[in-house]
Amino acid sequence: MPAPVTGRRARRARRPGAWLGWLFVAPAAVMYAVFVLRPLGLTVQYSFYDWNGIGASTWVGLENYARLFTEPELFATIVHAFELILFFSLIPVLLGLFVAATIRGIAQSRLALVARTVLFLPQVIPLVAAGIMWSWLLSSTGLANQLLSAVGLGGVTRAWLGDFGTALPAVGVIGAWVLVGLCTLLLLAGMSKIDPALYESARLDGAGPVREFFAITLPSLRQEIGVCVTVTVIAALASFDVVYISTQGGPGNSTMVPGLEIFYLAFSEREVGRASALAVVLIVLVLACVLPIQRLTRDGSR
Amino acid sequence: MSAKRIRKPVLAALGSAAVLLATACSAPGGDAGSTTGGATSAAAVATSCGSGPVTLKGYFETGFPLPKQLADEFTKQFPNVKWDIREDQFAVITQNAPRVLADDPPDLMRLPQVSELVKDGLLKNLDGYAQAYGWDKWPASQLEQMRVGSNGQRGDGPLYAQGLNFSMTGVFYNKKLAAQIGMTQAPATLADLDSALQKAKDAGITPINQFNGGATGGLAFPLQNLMAAYGEPGPINDWIFQKPGATIDTPSNLQATQHLEKWIKAGYFASDINSQDYATMMSRFIGGKALFIFDGDWESGNLDKQMAGNVGFFLMPPSQAGGKQAAMSAPLTYGISAKAANADCAAFFLNWVATNQKARDIDVSVGGSHPMGPSDAYMPPVKEGSITAATLEAGATIGKDNGSMDFIANATGAIYAKSWTPQLQKLAAGQQTPDALLKSVQKDYESQVKG
Repeated sequence: MPAPVTGRRARRARRPGAWLGWLFVAPAAVMYAVFVLRPLGLTVQYSFYDWNGIGASTWVGLENYARLFTEPELFATIVHAFELILFFSLIPVLLGLFVAATIRGIAQSRLALVARTVLFLPQVIPLVAAGIMWSWLLSSTGLANQLLSAVGLGGVTRAWLGDFGTALPAVGVIGAWVLVGLCTLLLLAGMSKIDPALYESARLDGAGPVREFFAITLPSLRQEIGVCVTVTVIAALASFDVVYISTQGGPGNSTMVPGLEIFYLAFSEREVGRASALAVVLIVLVLACVLPIQRLTRDGSR
Repeated sequence: MSAKRIRKPVLAALGSAAVLLATACSAPGGDAGSTTGGATSAAAVATSCGSGPVTLKGYFETGFPLPKQLADEFTKQFPNVKWDIREDQFAVITQNAPRVLADDPPDLMRLPQVSELVKDGLLKNLDGYAQAYGWDKWPASQLEQMRVGSNGQRGDGPLYAQGLNFSMTGVFYNKKLAAQIGMTQAPATLADLDSALQKAKDAGITPINQFNGGATGGLAFPLQNLMAAYGEPGPINDWIFQKPGATIDTPSNLQATQHLEKWIKAGYFASDINSQDYATMMSRFIGGKALFIFDGDWESGNLDKQMAGNVGFFLMPPSQAGGKQAAMSAPLTYGISAKAANADCAAFFLNWVATNQKARDIDVSVGGSHPMGPSDAYMPPVKEGSITAATLEAGATIGKDNGSMDFIANATGAIYAKSWTPQLQKLAAGQQTPDALLKSVQKDYESQVKG
């Protein structure tokens, strides 16, 4: 640690170094301002206009926002996004914890390496490819239905992505499949940091594997779980690619999510103002969900 | 890290954002409103590509070989004209059209529904060329759909696009499966069609396969055919052309929608239509998995090749024997950007497509559809008994019955994705009633036409 800086003069003396620092940051800062802050500002601005993207625009104030909450179709997209959290966050994190604990138990065997690789593969495959693959698996003649028929459940087979009741959960399953690997890997990395002495002493005290998991593993993984939940909640609320490839929002808007609705509003209906308003609301929603998670999972002792 | 040290960059970021916001605070959008296309007069035009080198910038639909082959043939005949062609799927073209026409103007572009593009002044008024080339002497119905009045109504007013050909829609059937149920000729009435559907169902054959999944509500094809069987094509066209007071929620359209619902409830459609896209429908039909599909003659060439001799075509039968028949029929629209660099040459190409003998040959053999142009123009010979022959013949019937309609999906830019598709998917799943479907589409239509 440098010596504490006290007087004004001393602070001024450090200036050249500080400017040099800004110089190094400048390229990234300029990119950030041009490609992140400026579009963000423009989106906020557009959200107050009625504009088709080409012609003249009219100032409409908060009307675009009001329509979000009065048009049931637009509001339904937000509800769908929250339903997806169940599949994109809850299942991957719970499953990830279970798998990571299992893999850690067999850490020395070759099977652990294979399991880790297989589970992480979905992260490497482009989401578009994953979406196409899953739409084949879930089609009326796909593998999922073949397996169901093979075990005598021919009665429940259906076009999973084309059925009003199952389309959204089916999209959720695709998301869960993608994100389980990410969560497993993150949690596994966190587990490797836990001091083995803790486990040893727990075992001396007579704790079984379950007790060990809840008393040591889970509390030690607080921050990693926080990261997993944050990343997956954002993925759920801002989902676009998986839905766009597998159902395009159908059937009958049953899988329409805000990301896709923004896209349709802006490029098919040419309602740039309403699309921007929905985008702004989505940003606020993501922040409102993610900031409390960050606060909750922050480790108090550090 | 102390709080003091972190605050500075955050403040800087917020500050720069504020600056950017302030500079951006003029209202978005250009002066496009002041250069309405309708106002641009038809000035004198050149009716050739000249003799110097020209590079025509094209923006075509991918997956359809017709425009590319026409372009190649054109270069063969006019070696000074080269092409710079970009291709996209139709859905992408629809989403990109306004921005591409404004910022990266092509000389020739495959167009989606034109009325909104015209309102924004993005398309060139082709009336000057129409006069110079005599397009105004062609059968009026060919160009009607591409005429747009100053208020965005179609059907009348200056010409803003031209067709490479015009398509015809109807019902394709698998001849082998038809023979199995004893259907030896095309159904003559709607009741005949109903009984054929029931026979197929009883024989364990999927009666109709129709794409209706994702963002593509393909049930719009049989629905509009049924609308024309129960009512007149005129009021349907008025609705599509945004004529004042037009409504889709009419008694005869309700009967048509109820009839469609009857087909759905009777199990005449494949059970998974809500998850099928267009390509799946085509591959299943070609694979012999369904008796009927509702589709257009853009598939004629393809089907003649892949199901040679095993595929038939008929127009939707009328409700009474001998009644008039109607079909969706639309030009394959191509337009010229208002800012195009080589507009004269692009217009010359469009005229050449309609009038040159070789071009008309390509139109029929590759495109499978009827060429544009005067009614007494050269018609390429087609093979007897082929699907192409059947669809061209159907075109003559529609012409005689004055039964040509544009697509109900083309009424506004968003009506298909926003209204027809989700509503028809709900109808297919039994989650919507015919009456509520029409009312809901009409409500969306009114808000879109107004907006």
